[in-house]
Amino acid sequence: MVTIYLTVFAILALTGFFAGHRRAIAVAGGNTRALHSLPTYHGMYTLATVVIPMLIVLLVGFPLVNMLAGQSAISHFPADLQADALKRAATMRDIVNLAGGRSMASVTGELQRAAASYSNVLNIGNWIVVGLGLLAGVGAIFLATGRISLTFRARNNFEKFVLAVLIACSAVAILTTIGIVASVVLETYRFFFDPAIKGKPGISEFLFGLDWNPQAAMRAEQGNIQTAYGFVPLLVGTLLITLIAMAVAVPIGLLSAIYLSEYAGPRVRAFAKPALEILAGIPTVVLGFFAALVIAPSIKGFGESIGLSVASESALAAGLVMGMMIIPFISSLSDDVINAVPQSLRDGSYAMGATKSETMKLVILPAALPGIVSAVILAFSRAVGETMIVVMAAGLAANLTFNPLAAVTTITVQIKTILVGDQEFDSAKTLAAFALGFVLFFVTLILNYIALRVVQKYREQYD
Amino acid sequence: MTMEAATATLTAGNDRPVHSAPQGPIKIQARDVNVYYGDKHAIKHLDVDIPQHSVMAFIGPSGCGKSTFLRCINRMNDTIPICRVTGKIEIDRRDIYDPSLDVVQLRAHIGMVFQKPNPFPKSIYDNVAYGPKIHGLARTKSEIDAIVESSLRKAGLWEEVKDRLAESGTGLSGGQQQRLCIARAIAVSPDVILMDEPCSALDPIATAKVEELIDELKSNYTIIIVTHSMQQAARVSQRTAFFHLGTLVEEGPTDVIFSTPKDKRTNDYITGRFG
Ligand SMILES: Nc1ncnc2c1ncn2[C@@H]1O[C@H](COP(=O)(O)OP(=O)(O)OP(=O)(O)O)[C@@H](O)[C@H]1O
Ligand SMILES: [Mg+2]
Repeated sequence: MVTIYLTVFAILALTGFFAGHRRAIAVAGGNTRALHSLPTYHGMYTLATVVIPMLIVLLVGFPLVNMLAGQSAISHFPADLQADALKRAATMRDIVNLAGGRSMASVTGELQRAAASYSNVLNIGNWIVVGLGLLAGVGAIFLATGRISLTFRARNNFEKFVLAVLIACSAVAILTTIGIVASVVLETYRFFFDPAIKGKPGISEFLFGLDWNPQAAMRAEQGNIQTAYGFVPLLVGTLLITLIAMAVAVPIGLLSAIYLSEYAGPRVRAFAKPALEILAGIPTVVLGFFAALVIAPSIKGFGESIGLSVASESALAAGLVMGMMIIPFISSLSDDVINAVPQSLRDGSYAMGATKSETMKLVILPAALPGIVSAVILAFSRAVGETMIVVMAAGLAANLTFNPLAAVTTITVQIKTILVGDQEFDSAKTLAAFALGFVLFFVTLILNYIALRVVQKYREQYD
Repeated sequence: MTMEAATATLTAGNDRPVHSAPQGPIKIQARDVNVYYGDKHAIKHLDVDIPQHSVMAFIGPSGCGKSTFLRCINRMNDTIPICRVTGKIEIDRRDIYDPSLDVVQLRAHIGMVFQKPNPFPKSIYDNVAYGPKIHGLARTKSEIDAIVESSLRKAGLWEEVKDRLAESGTGLSGGQQQRLCIARAIAVSPDVILMDEPCSALDPIATAKVEELIDELKSNYTIIIVTHSMQQAARVSQRTAFFHLGTLVEEGPTDVIFSTPKDKRTNDYITGRFG
C-alpha cells in the first residue's frame, strides 16, 4: 500500500513540477523575462505545494488506519482481555499473523472474526488514504498553477519552502536529543522513586556507595552476597582510564598537529595526515584486542620484571590504547584550527624577529586555543563514552582503586554488561543502567559547560 | 666615500635615467635583485641605494612589485615556499642572503608595518611588549612598562589607550590597530622600518599623525614606505623610487621625481595617466 502511495506521490510531484513550469511559460507567452521568477521556480513552487499535503497524509494516514484496524479487531474480545496490556499485545500479534496469512496452531472463531475485521478495516482505510493523497496532490497542482501569474513570486515562495525543510531537519535532530534525554531521565526517576521496583538503592547510596555489584540479586539463593549499587568505583575507573588516555593523546596529538601544520614540508604532510586519519578509522574492537593481547601482556611482563604486581587486565593497558584511539581526533582538529589562524599573524610575529617556536607558543597557540580546547573536549567525550576497548582490556571488576596497574571497570562497560541478554525493564538492575547513563550524560554536560566557559574567558579573538 | 663612487658607476651601468646619487652613508644596497614566484618574474634586475636616516618612498601601480621588494629586505619572502630571490642585498655592507646570517637576528633589527593591520590577539600592552620580551631588551617589568609607554606615545596612540592597556588589541578601530602595529614595530628600536601602505586604512587625522611620526623617526631610523598616495610620498620622503611591471624605472630625490621625471612612464604615472 505504502509502495502504491509513494509511486503516486512521485508521479504527482514530477507532474506538479512540469505543470508549474509549462504554466509559467504559457502565462508569459514564451517571453520568460516578463515573469517575476524563472519558470523553474514556478515548477519548484508547484512541486512544493504537492509535497507538503501528500507528506502529511502519508505520515498521518497510514498509522491512523493501522490504529483503527487494531481497535476494531480487539473489540471482538472480552473487556478484561482488552484491559490487560500483556494479553492484549499477545492477541494483537495473533490477529496480525492470522490476517497476514501465516498459519497458526489453534484458531478460535473469535480470533478469526477479529482477523477478518482487521484486514477489512486495514484494506479500506489504506485505499482511502491513497485516495486522499491523490486528491490532495491533484488539488495542490491545480491550486498552485492557478496562482501562477506574471507577478507571482514563485522564487520567494519556494524560499519559504526551503526554510521549512531546513527547520524540519533541525527539529528532528533536536527532538531526538530531547526524546533520548527524556527517556533516560524518566527511567532514572523510576529507578530511584518507583515503589514497584524492589531492591533499589537510595540516591545517596547510589552516588556515594563504594561497592558496585548489581549481579548479586540473581544469586540471592547463594546467600551472603549483597546487591550494591555504589557508583563511586565506576566513576573512579572511568576517570582513571580517561585521564591515562588524555595524558597520552593530548601531548602527542597536539605536538604532531604543530609539526604537521608548521614544520612539515608538503611531502611529509601529504603522507602523514592520511596516515593519522587511518588510525582514526580502526574499529575499536580491533584496538580492543590489540590492547588485550599485546599491550596488557607486555605491561604485565614488564611490570613483573621490575617487581610490580600487575593485573592481566589493567587500566593502564586500556588507557594507553584508548589514548592512541583519540590521538587522531586531537591532531586532526588541532591541525585544522592552527591552519585557520591567519597568515598575517605569523607574518607579524616573524617580522618582529620571532623564531618559529616562539611564534607558535606566543601567537598561534593562544589564537587557536578555543579550537584546541574543543578538540580536547571532543576527545574527552569520546574517551568517556568508549566501551569496547575497556571491556576487552580493563575487565569487569569494579575495584575502587587509583592504581593504573589494577583491573577497573567503567560506567559504559557496566551499562553494556547490565543490558546484554534478555531483560525485564522493571527490575532495579536494568534501571540502574539508565541511572548510570544519566549520570554519565550529566557529568559530560558539566565538563562541556566548564570548558566552554574557560574558552570564552581566555579566548584571544582574531578576525 | 669610495663606496659611493662605486655605487654611482653601478647605477649608471643600468640603462635607467640617472639622478643625483644619495647624500651620506648608504644603509641598504641592492644589486641585480630578481624575485620569482614560481615561474613569475616579479622583480627584474633591481639596483637601488637607500641612504641612512632618511625616508624613501616606493610608488607604482598595483602589482608592480613594491611589496615584493620590501619583503626582500627583511627576508619575509622566505616564508613563501614558491618565492626565489637572486642577486645581492646588503645592509650596512653585510649580505643579508648570506647563508651564515641569522634571519631571526636580521628581522629583529628591521621593523615592518603591514598593509593590513595585524595586531596579535593579545592585550594592547602585550602587543607592544612582544618584541622587547622575546629579544630580552628589558629586564624588569618597569623597564618594559617604559618601553610600552614610549612606543605608544611615538605612535600617537598613548592618550587613546592608556586606560585600557589590558584590553585586546583586536578590539581597537582599524586606524588604532595600525598605529598599534607601528608601536609594536618601533618597540624593539630597529635600524630600519619597512612600511607597506601603512595609511591605507587610516582617516586623514590618523594619517597625519603617522606622517608626523615618520618625520620624527627619520632622524634615527632608515624608513622605506610603500604608498599609493603621491601627496604622501611628496610630503614624507626624501627620495622616491618608481616601480613598473617589476622594474625600478626611476629613482631620485623626491622633488625631482615629482617635478621633472625623465622617464615617460614615471611622468604618466605621477600625472595620473595610468596606474
Ligand atoms: N605570494 C605570491 N605568490 C605568487 N605571486 C605573487 C605573490 N605575491 C605577489 N605575487 C605577484 O607578484 C607581483 C608583485 O606583487 P606585489 O605584491 O609586490 O605588488 P605591489 O606592487 O605591492 O602591489 P599593490 O600596490 O597592489 O600592493 C604581482 O604580479 C603578484 O601577482
Ligand atoms: Mg603591496
